[in-house]
Parts: sequence; structure tokens; C-alpha cells
Amino acid sequence: MTIKRLRCKLFIMSLIMTALLFLPCNPQSIYAAGAEAAHGEQAAEGAHGAGHAEYPGEVPFDRPVEEIQQFIAPMNELNIFPCSDCHDESWETNYQRRELAEPHDEVPGAFLNHDTENRWCLDCHSAKKRDQFQLINGKLVGFNEYYRVCEQCHKRVYREWKMGVHGKRTGSWNGEKQWMHCTQCHNPHNPPFQAIKPEPAPRTPLNIRAASSGQETQSSEGTQH
Amino acid sequence: MSDDIKGKDKGLITRRKFLAGLTAGVAATGLAAGDAGAYAFEEFFRQHYKRLDADDLRDILAKLEEELSFKYGKKVRAKATPPMDNTVFGYALDLSRCIGCRRCIYACVKENNLSRDPQIHWIKVLEFQKGNNKWQGLEHSNRYYEPEQVPQKGRFYVPVQCQQCKKPPCVKVCPVQATWQEPDGIVVVDYNWCIGCRFCMAACPYGARNFNWGKPNIPNEEFNPEIHYLGNRPQYKGVVGKCTFCIQRSREGRYTACVEACPVGARKFGNLMDPNSEIRYILENMKVFRLKEEIDTNPKFFYFFSMGTGIKS
Repeated sequence: MTIKRLRCKLFIMSLIMTALLFLPCNPQSIYAAGAEAAHGEQAAEGAHGAGHAEYPGEVPFDRPVEEIQQFIAPMNELNIFPCSDCHDESWETNYQRRELAEPHDEVPGAFLNHDTENRWCLDCHSAKKRDQFQLINGKLVGFNEYYRVCEQCHKRVYREWKMGVHGKRTGSWNGEKQWMHCTQCHNPHNPPFQAIKPEPAPRTPLNIRAASSGQETQSSEGTQH
Repeated sequence: MSDDIKGKDKGLITRRKFLAGLTAGVAATGLAAGDAGAYAFEEFFRQHYKRLDADDLRDILAKLEEELSFKYGKKVRAKATPPMDNTVFGYALDLSRCIGCRRCIYACVKENNLSRDPQIHWIKVLEFQKGNNKWQGLEHSNRYYEPEQVPQKGRFYVPVQCQQCKKPPCVKVCPVQATWQEPDGIVVVDYNWCIGCRFCMAACPYGARNFNWGKPNIPNEEFNPEIHYLGNRPQYKGVVGKCTFCIQRSREGRYTACVEACPVGARKFGNLMDPNSEIRYILENMKVFRLKEEIDTNPKFFYFFSMGTGIKS
């Protein structure tokens, strides 16, 4: 009995030993060199490659007017700026509410979606200084301070935005953040969010088998390891 | 008496069979080492994460980097960043803003190297109908909605992911302590220690844990090379994974991937211990609730309403 057991143990031991002998014969040495090179590159590149260094720290409201275009660029609202290129100060201002002609003919349709009954271009845009906004109290502010125009009515949202509750922030939760401005998300002439197409739904349990035997296998073959 | 002897014999045979099986297994490990590397052998006998000392951990991370760099053709940086002092992470989600676009799900999949082919989603966006007798509980939801555009009229959306409970039932039931709560409040899983019994999945009231039924399948070009040992490293077949508040990001001071992906800014993340953080402002000033508060899991994932709806539907 004991001899049998001893034999058995010896057999196991020998098997383990042979297994261990096999161990060094693996392709580790082949890719060790590659990994070393990778470490070198890593040191050169730094910790985080892609950062969003656009608006570090505080909101840069003191940006020059020319730069404002890039903030609002996604909505193509300011593709004709400065306004004073066309609107000369000597023009007589027509305060009458009316359908606008080209090139502002596309604005009214969208404009109708922001308290249309009560508001009109010249409630925000200054009639005299065309490159500026006009607050309710008559004070003029630059295009880079549009948030002060929004704030007049949307006081609560403005306060929440300053606290970081309203609106999107990216970057660091304990350090530098990137803020989204009012007009980066909301079209000032049509502020509500528009419906968007959702990303694909997760696979239902019923479809898992069909999906993995169909076209999905093709993509998985590419990543076989 | 003879029965006893028979029983003994039986026992002996089974033990022998067991030993033979064991030797075959060891031999197989040795042979498999040809393509899987010595790493697999070490991996099999690796200690629990909490019992690893600094040297072990460094060696393991270096090996992990090497292995994954080879596998995915990218230089991988593996870390095991410890929790920060005086930090407990909290999360808030504005239900009045969420439009159910599922951008967060796919950002999470990409960031956390989740399996694409046996599909795994750590975030689930549930769709509910507004109105009487339609909203009765999480069970009356639809995960598989697929309209042309969201938000749909008469619907609202509740994204659910790991709630990072203060009293996590999943941790309580784990028979091998492969999952535990870190000092910063994140519940993590040691994928090497997990035995795949799925008790935690049964215990979780939020359905937040996901089992890897198959070998995770991640396209090389989409592999995220910034990995954390307790977070987004590729999991194994037969282990459980869960949301870790993007431990590889949050412990370095960055927002989680879902926060950065949300197009409407409904997701908020921060340090509950910092009185000036946005998460604390929400808790102190907004209408906040938590899912299934009555079962006393004490989640650190809050839902709030900042307004009526405001979204045109």
C-alpha cells in the first residue's frame, strides 16, 4: 500500500518536473524585446496622450470675439460674423416684427422656438451696436458674454451650471475641468435638445446564438488569440 | 463489513483517479505553457490581491503588461493605483435629462475592455412608460427599445449600473472573498480569485454584475491600453465583472467614461467627502432618491431631478 502510494507520488513528481522543464520554452523571449521597446516609448510619450486642454480651470469668458466662432461652430450659427460687416451703424433700424430676408431667412423658423410670442431679434441683439448683445436694462455685452443674456431669464439654470450640476463637464473631478458653454449644447434660436438616434440595443438572450453563429463570427475571427 | 471494504476500495479508486486527473492537468498546464507562457502557470497559483506584497504586485503587473502588449499589439500600461485619502466616490444621475441614447453603454464597453461577442454591458438603460399603472418597478422596463429617435414621447429612461452600495450584498455572499469594498467605496473583483459561482449576481438587487460566459473578445484596435488590475483588464471566461466607477480613471482624478460620453450632461461624479464638490451640491439642493432604498443597501449612486422635462418629445 505504502509502496504504491510512494510510486504514485514519484510519478506525479516526475510529471511535474517534466512540466516545469517545458516552461522556459515559450515565446516570452520573443516579445520581451518588443515590450522593452514599448516601455521606452511610454516614457517619451507621457502619461495621458489625448487631453482636452481647451478650457483649463476657469471659464475663459475674456476670450477675444474672433475666437467665439469656434465655441459655437457646431451649430453653424456664426458663419457670418462680425455682423457689422453688413449692418452699418448709419442704417435706419426697422423695429417692426417681420419675416426676415436672406441671409437671415433660415433664422426665423428656428427662432420661433424660443419664447416666440414675446421675443424678437432685437430683444437680445443690439440694434445700434451690431456686434454686441443688449441686456434688458440696456447694457451692452460682447458676444463672448452671451451667458449673461441667457442668465436674465434662466437664473436657476445659470446658477446650477456654475455649480456644475447643469451641463456637461469633462476632465478631472478633483482638478481641471472642461466646461460646456450654453451655446455649445443649445442653439440659442432653438434651445431644446433635438431627438437623436440611439445606439444599438443590447442583444436579447434569444438572439445571442444567432448573432454569434452569423456575421459576428467574422469579426471575432479577426481578433482570435 | 464487506460493504465497508468495498466502500474503502471505491474511495481508493476514486482518489487514484483524482490523482491521475491532477497529474494530467499539471502536464497539460506544462504543455500549454508553450503558447500561453509561464504567466499562465503563475496566474493559476497567484495569491489573493489583498495578500500580494508590493514586489509581487510589481512583478505581476509587469508580466501582465508584457502578456497583453503581445496579445493586443499595443503597449499596455498596467497599474494598481491605491485609493486616495479622504475620498469616497459618489455618482448622481439626472433623470430629467437622460434621453436614453445609450452613448454611456458603449463608452463603458470601450473604456473597460468588455467582451464584444459574448456581449457584456455593465450599464443597462431601462425604458419606462409614463403614466398610471405603467411604472410599477424595475421589472416593468424595457432594455431592448429601438426607436428611430430618442427620447420618445411618453417614455422615460433610467440607466442602471453598479450602485456601489455601502452595505453590498454581493460582497457578503462571496464564498471566497473575491469581491470586496475598497476604502474609497468602490466594490471590486479579483478576477483571478473569482471561482465563478455567481452567488453575487443572485444577491445583487440591481442586476449590476455580469458573468463572462465565454472568452472575452476585444478587437485589437479598440483595446484600451490603460488598465487597472482591479478594473478594466481583460477578464477571463467564467468570472464575474462589474462597474468600478472606471477605477483606472477615477483614482487618477479623472471623470469616468460614462460621464464624459453623456451628450446631455446628465451624469455627475465626484468626491462625497469634499463639501465643495458638485455631487455634494446635488445631494444638498436637489430632489434625490436611490433605487430600492427600502432594502438598506445604502447605494452611493443617486438619481435626481433638476427640472420637469424640458426635453422636447
